[in-house]
Formats: sequence, structure tokens, C-alpha cells
Amino acid sequence: MEILIVLGLPLLGAALLALFGARRFAAELNAGMSLATLIAASSLVVRVIRYGPMLFGHEQFFVDPFNVFLVALTAFVGFTTALFSRPYMRIEEHHGRLNPRRLRLYHSMYQLFIFAMLLALLTNNMGLLWVAMEAATLSTVLLVSLYRTRASLEAAWKYFILCGVGIAQALFGTILLYFAAEKTLGREGMTALLWTHLNAVKGQLEPRVLGLAFVFLLVGYGTKVGLAPLHNWLPDAHAEGPTPVSAVLSGLLLNVALYAVIRCKVLVEGSIGHLLPGRMLMTFGLLSAVLGAFFIWRQRDIKRLFGYSSIEHMGIITFAFGLGGPVANFAALLHMTVHSLTKSAIFFTAGHASQTAGTQQMDGIRGLVGISPPIGWGLMLGSLAILGMPPFGVFASEFLILTTAMREHPWTTPFLLIALAVAFAGIFSRVQPMVFGESDAPPLPHSPALLPVFVHLAMVLTLGVYMPAALAEWYRAAARLIG
Amino acid sequence: MSAISFFRQFVEVVLAIAIAPLLAGWIAQCRAWLQNRSAPPLLLPYRMLRKLFFKDVALATDASVLFRATPYVLFGTMVLAAAIIPSLVTDLPLARVADSIALVGLFATARVFLSLAAMDIGTAFGTLGARREMMVGFLAEPALLMVLFNAFLLYGSTSLPSLVDGYRTHPSVIDPSVIFAALAFVMVALAENARIPIDNPSTHLELTMIHEAMLLEYSARHLALVEWATSLKLFNYACIGFALFMPWGIATHGSDGAGALLIAIAALIGKLVIAGAALALIESLSAKLRIFRAPEYLAMAFLLAVLGLLVHLLVGA
Amino acid sequence: MHTSQLIAEVLRVLAAGLLLISFAMLSGRRTQQLITLFAWQGGLLFVSTCLVAYSSGLTEMYYSAALTLLLKVIALPWILNRLIKRLGAQWDSEQLVNVPTTMLVGLVLVIFAFGLAQPISSMATTITRHTLGIALAVILLAFLMMITRRKAVTQVIGFLAMENGLFLAATSATYGMPMVIELGIALDLLVGVFILGIFFFQIREQFDSLDLHNLESLKED
Repeated sequence: MEILIVLGLPLLGAALLALFGARRFAAELNAGMSLATLIAASSLVVRVIRYGPMLFGHEQFFVDPFNVFLVALTAFVGFTTALFSRPYMRIEEHHGRLNPRRLRLYHSMYQLFIFAMLLALLTNNMGLLWVAMEAATLSTVLLVSLYRTRASLEAAWKYFILCGVGIAQALFGTILLYFAAEKTLGREGMTALLWTHLNAVKGQLEPRVLGLAFVFLLVGYGTKVGLAPLHNWLPDAHAEGPTPVSAVLSGLLLNVALYAVIRCKVLVEGSIGHLLPGRMLMTFGLLSAVLGAFFIWRQRDIKRLFGYSSIEHMGIITFAFGLGGPVANFAALLHMTVHSLTKSAIFFTAGHASQTAGTQQMDGIRGLVGISPPIGWGLMLGSLAILGMPPFGVFASEFLILTTAMREHPWTTPFLLIALAVAFAGIFSRVQPMVFGESDAPPLPHSPALLPVFVHLAMVLTLGVYMPAALAEWYRAAARLIG
Repeated sequence: MSAISFFRQFVEVVLAIAIAPLLAGWIAQCRAWLQNRSAPPLLLPYRMLRKLFFKDVALATDASVLFRATPYVLFGTMVLAAAIIPSLVTDLPLARVADSIALVGLFATARVFLSLAAMDIGTAFGTLGARREMMVGFLAEPALLMVLFNAFLLYGSTSLPSLVDGYRTHPSVIDPSVIFAALAFVMVALAENARIPIDNPSTHLELTMIHEAMLLEYSARHLALVEWATSLKLFNYACIGFALFMPWGIATHGSDGAGALLIAIAALIGKLVIAGAALALIESLSAKLRIFRAPEYLAMAFLLAVLGLLVHLLVGA
Repeated sequence: MHTSQLIAEVLRVLAAGLLLISFAMLSGRRTQQLITLFAWQGGLLFVSTCLVAYSSGLTEMYYSAALTLLLKVIALPWILNRLIKRLGAQWDSEQLVNVPTTMLVGLVLVIFAFGLAQPISSMATTITRHTLGIALAVILLAFLMMITRRKAVTQVIGFLAMENGLFLAATSATYGMPMVIELGIALDLLVGVFILGIFFFQIREQFDSLDLHNLESLKED
């Protein structure tokens, strides 16, 4: 039942906001619906903790430790982003970049996007997972082009076409998966695409078909994760869309796409063993981490900068999942959480920073601490957190990943270290002059909502210093599930 | 090798020579209908031939023997080709002399002679036409061979009569490669017979001509023979197409009676009527390509034929 | 000869026709022509799905055939035609560079696709298993078309053709996905085309053309 509520609320929100999205109270309604979703998701979490994994709706939906933690994260970041977007979008409207009609589109699509991601997370059906992933793309395409500028249209087009092609590969992979499953599970009863059933018989699935299916699934969903060399859409979409959209793309969509990859990996590993899928994930992950880090150096746009940072971090997480084993999986899950929280916080501050300066070009942003200390310090702390400075949580997860890599595949450590070092130098050298220095820009017309930034950062800090036993146990259960 | 098979061979060749101009007339008539013009009489090609045969030949002063011999060579090769192609019967004594690869060679011989003759006089247009003709031929030939290979793969023989026999013994085979081969064949046939979209048989613009440009210097009985050979070539191509893709009605080995022959003649005429109308339709619907686009067109034909081979090898039964 | 054998052969011919249309799309210049080809592809897909449904006796395949007819033969071509009419892009034709080379690459892709599909189709038990290679080839050719074309509408048609290939793959390997999934895919496709329609207008408003050469300013600097 909770599952239905969790899915129904954002859908209801989308419908309501399609009607009232242009009114003054639309932003509040958006935040309200997101809060309701968060509450529903929390009660789902409580239920799963208390009673364990559950199936629902003719087994079409299911919750286990792996996806419930992502559901909670998605609902939470969805809510804080809605809070942030309230003043942010007002300021954009004040600056004349948006009108009420576009705001209606934005609010409605925002809820639809949250719905699509929750559906992707909660469904037990691999086919439905595909449909939800595609729906997530479709609902954000028009958000990326919300400003209707040339650059944003280009970014949205690229996003649509690249992800569309990618997702088509994933569909082919899903077809192959179904083909293999149908032999074992049969057509009747519609169980051949249900993950729980597939997981039960994964040892009997035809290895050659599954190997091929995994290649297609990884390339397909990997495009949406932003894995190099399929990452081209990511920095553009992050830079040209409105900042709340960048925040949820980086903080949530990438996670959900990676979730899809990992679900597939679990099945495939059961059939063909760990070696091939693990190596593929490691290769893609390392490549993305290194490429993302080096591209950071060449950026002038603040949101592109952090877009590439997202590629780097998704690379690291993918790599960790590729390593496999309880420790690496634990670290990867932790990194997913802290990256999601930190990166959305950074995008919040980056959005306000560029609003203050009137440009997204980093050369034009100066002296944020002088104009608005919370924005300046938020950006500084967020950057330090994402760069893996102790005592933030990112440090803990990266440390775990690094040590595991050193133990199991020592040859990968230099690459990881180079990626981390290059990214550190690249980002830190850009952020410092933006935060400190002189500026005479006027303050913002509406007071920014920076509470989400500091809440996120505080959580990341907490995860770095002290991890609650319940949470750790939860991660461990999820890590065991992934194998 | 009985007398009766020689007789049937004879009937086939005579019929080919006799009705080839009729095919040209029929196509011209269909084209006129399709383009809302009043149609020329069906028998116009015969009247033209008659008129030309009774005229005196006007030869260029520096025309060589080659120039004078070419019309006869052309006509001869086309008649020989008609004798090899199983248009009515498959039990052809002459067909054992040459398989379909030799047939392609026969067409090439005719082309070489015509091109040389066109250059023999030394006029600009003749040379231009010859160059273009060689280019088209150079590209069309491999495509044609590929089409034939498709059929060879299906029935395991390079001789056209045994292809037809093979088809009659396994009439059930529908192979997907046939679609590709048929399409490629139509494209090649259009190019080889100087039809739209590669060339326009009724053009009056020397600069765009290919085939006609080579005939500019011919007159009287020479011209008549060349024209006749041209229509025979079209007839031959049509018959190759029938043999490869719709060999219905052709009298095969073993069916010796006069009835089989009559059915074959009726079937052939019926198929020619349809094919002529189809050709007129294609010509009316498409525009002539610029000569620079011709290689692209022929490359497509070639690729289609190769694709047919692939599909046969990979999907085939 | 048995009916099932005949159906198998007709299906193979239809699949070959699909491949042929893919190549025609690869070399087609005019937008209108491409839309017609796309509709034809949908039509062949419809006929072959009906035949598979008949021979396998699966009722749900008739539904997916009907869905194909409605969506790919009627709705999408109609929407696209209306779109290009409203955009005034009916007679647009685009300059193609080196068609023979593209076709040659396409040929290589076909071989690759067959090689890739071979082990799987040898495992399948469906009447259509031989066409899996063709399905994969159609997907790859559509992909090639998207890479080589620079017009927005053409890329979208390539995208849709790719989906046709996926549909063919699903029918030939497994007699189609479960109905719920097929419906979901169809819905996504329809919404996608609507969004792209909106997009065309936005792009043209900004750039006065649907040529994607304009959309190349976001580069790594």
C-alpha cells in the first residue's frame, strides 16, 4: 500500500501542478507535494526496516534494502530541491528569464520526473524499469530547454537524442534478457521479466545471451549514468537547464540509472560469473573518472564544471561496483548517497552564485563571501566536501574504495589517485577566486533558500564522522544483495 | 539433340528478332499514354526500319571499316544473345555453348564495338557518348554479375536454361534475396538499356545524351541495324529478367509438344506487355539523373545485389 | 507444402523487405519520402506480426500488431506529415555526402549484425528466429542514419526506425514482450514524438532552420 502512495503522490502532484502551476502558490504546492512524498517514502522505509523486503501488486513492485535507500534519498533530495527552487525560480522570473506558463511546465514536469524515478526504483519488472527510465528522460527534456535559448535547445536536443539512442540499446538488452528468461520461466504468468523471479533462477539463464544482453544494457543505461565515452549530453544538460533540474539530474537521475545497471549486473553475474561484468564496470568507471577529472580543467562555466565532476564521481562509483565484494559495494552505496547530497547542495549554491553575478561564467563570479556569506561558504564547503576532504562523508567512501582497489587490483590505484588529484586541483583553483575576492554585484531580489544546502552538508559531515548503526546495517544488507 | 529442338531454337530466335521492335513501340505508346500525349502507332518502329533500309548510306569521309562493320557486329551479338537466353524453351542447343557469364561478355563485346565506332569518326559528341557509355557499362557489369550470382546460389548453376529448369523443379522456394536481386536487376537493366534515369532514349539534347550520341553519325541501313540491335538488347534484358525472376510458362525439358511452345509464346507476350508498361511507368515517374550521379546509382544497384547475396547466405532456407 | 513453412518463408521475405527499406532510408533525400518509407516499414511490421500471431496462436500478438498499425502506420506518419507541413519543410531535401560509402558501411553493419545475432537465433525456437539478424541490422542502420544526417526531422525518423528494429527483434526472438511493456514502449514513443514536435518549433523559432549544423556551438572549450 505504501508503495502506491509513494508513487501516487508525485503523479497527483504533476496533475495538480499542470492545472495550477502558473499560480502564485505553485512553488509552495510543489514543495508540499514533495514533502508528502518524502513522508510516504519514510513510512515505507520504516516498514521495510521493520518487516523486511516486500512485494506488491501481483509482484510488479517490490522493495528491498537496495532500492528502499535510494527511494528515501530520491524523495529527500526531491523535497529539498523543491524548497530550493521556490526562491530560485522566483528570482529567475524576476530577471525575466521565465514566465508563468513555463513555470507551470516546470512544476508539473518536476513532479512527473520524481514519479518516473520512483517508479524505476520500485518496479520489479525489468521492462517497466525501461519504460520508467525513458519517461524520466522525456520529462526532463523540456526542462533542460526551459529557457528556450539556443544553447539550451542544443543541450536538450543532444540530451534527447543521445539518451534516446542509449535507451534503445537498453531495450534491446532487455529483449535479450527476456529471451533468456522465457526459456526458464516460460511466457505464462508474466514472471519472465520480474527481477525477483529472475534472481531466483539466474544460475540457469543462458550465459551467452546474458553476456550480450549485459553489454547492451550497460551501454544503454550507462549513457544515462554519464559514463565516458557516452557522457556528452551530461555537461550540456547540466549547464543549460535551470539549476534545480541540474541538481536533480546529478543528484538523482544518475543514481537511478546506475541502479538499473546494478540490478542487471546482479542477474548477469549469476549466470556468467563476476569476471566480465566486473571488468566492464571497472573499465568504464575508471575511464569516466579520469576523463571527467581532466575535462574539469577546461571548463569556464560553473555548472559545466560540476557536471564533469559528476561524471568523475559516477565513474568512481561504477568502478567500486565493478570491484564487487561487501566492502566495495558498501563504499559505492555510501558514495552514491554522499555524492547525491553534496552535488545537489553545490548546484544550489552555484545557481544562486550565478544569479548574483548574472553569469554562469566563472570569470564573472567573484567575491561571493562579500555579497552573501551563506552562498560563498556554502559553495566553499560543498566543494571541499565533494573533493573528498575529511571529515566529510565523501572522504570516508573514497578512502574505502581506494583501499579496496589497492588490495584487489593494485594497478588501478594510480589512475584513481590521478583522477582525484586532478579534480581536486581543478575545482579548488576555480572555486577559491569565486568565493573570495572583491565584487560589487547587487544582492538578490528574493532571499535565497540556503537551508537545504547546509542540511545536506551537515548530513554529509555526519556520515563522515559517525555512521548510525542502523544505517550501516542497512548498507551492509544492500551490499550483500548486490554481491 | 533432335531436329525438334533445333526447330524450337529457330522459332525462338526468329520470334525475338520479329517482336523486339514491337516491344519498343509498345513502351513508347505506354509512355505517351502516361504522359497524356497522343500515342504513336504501335508499328512505328517497323516503318522506321523499312524507311531506313531503303535509304542510301551517307558515310563520313574518314570512316573506317570498323565503323561500317559495327552495325552488323551489334546485330549479330544481340541475335546470338537471344539464342542463348531461354525466352521460350529451356532445351536450347545453342545455350550449351555459353553460360550467362559469357552472355555478359557478349553484351560487353557489343558495347566495345559501338564505343570504338563512335570514336572512329572523331566527332566530339561521339567520343563524349562513348566515354559515358564505357563508364556506365564499367559500373553496371559487376552489378549484373552479382545479380546473376544471386540466382546461381539459389539453383546451383551458371547457365540460364538450367536456372529455369531448377526453378520449375522446386517452385516453392521464395528466397528473401530475390527481392534485392530483382531490384538491382531492374536498376541495371535501366542503365544498360539507356533508359531514364541514366539516359533518355527520346532526348534531343546532345550534351545529355549517352547512347544516342554514339549513333549520331549513322544513317540508313546502318542506323536501322543499330536501332534494331538496341531494341533486341532491351528484349534480351527483359527475357533475362523473366528467366531469373518469373520463369512461368517457359517450356522446360521434357515438355516437347507444340502446345507447350504455344503456351510459352503466349506467356512471353503477356509478360512483355506487363514489363513494357512497367518500364514506361518507371520512366514517367523518375527524372533523369545528372551524369555525375550515375556512379552512385549503379553503386546502389551493386550493393543491393551484394546485400541479396548476404541475405541469402545468412537468412536463406 | 505446409502452411507453417510457407508462412516462415513469407516472413523471411517481409524481413528482407524491412532491411531493404532501411537501406532506402539511408539513401533517401526528401523528408516526405522518408516518412512514407517509415510508414511502409510499419506496414510490413504489421503484416509480419499478424502472420506470426496466426502461426503461433498467441492472441496478445494480434494486439501488438494492432498497436503497430495504429501507432506506426497511421498515427506517427500522420503526426510527422502534419508537423513538416506546418513547418513548411515538406519539400526539404538534404545534401548527402557519399551515399555509396554510407551504403558500404551499412553492408558491413549488416554482416556484423548477423554475426552477433547468429548464436542467439540458433537458440531461439520461434518461427521467426532467422530474422533476428535482420532486426539487429535494422537497428544499426537506423543508428547509422542518425549519425550521418544533419536534419532534425530525419534524425527523429531514424530514431523511430530504430524502434521498429527493436520491435522486430522482440517478435523474432521471443514473440514479443509482455503486453504491458509494449504499451509502455508505445506510450513513450508517442510522447517522445510529441515532445520532439514541440522541439522542432522551438528550434526553428531560434535558428530559422531545422538544420542541426546550428546545434554545434556547445563544444569543449
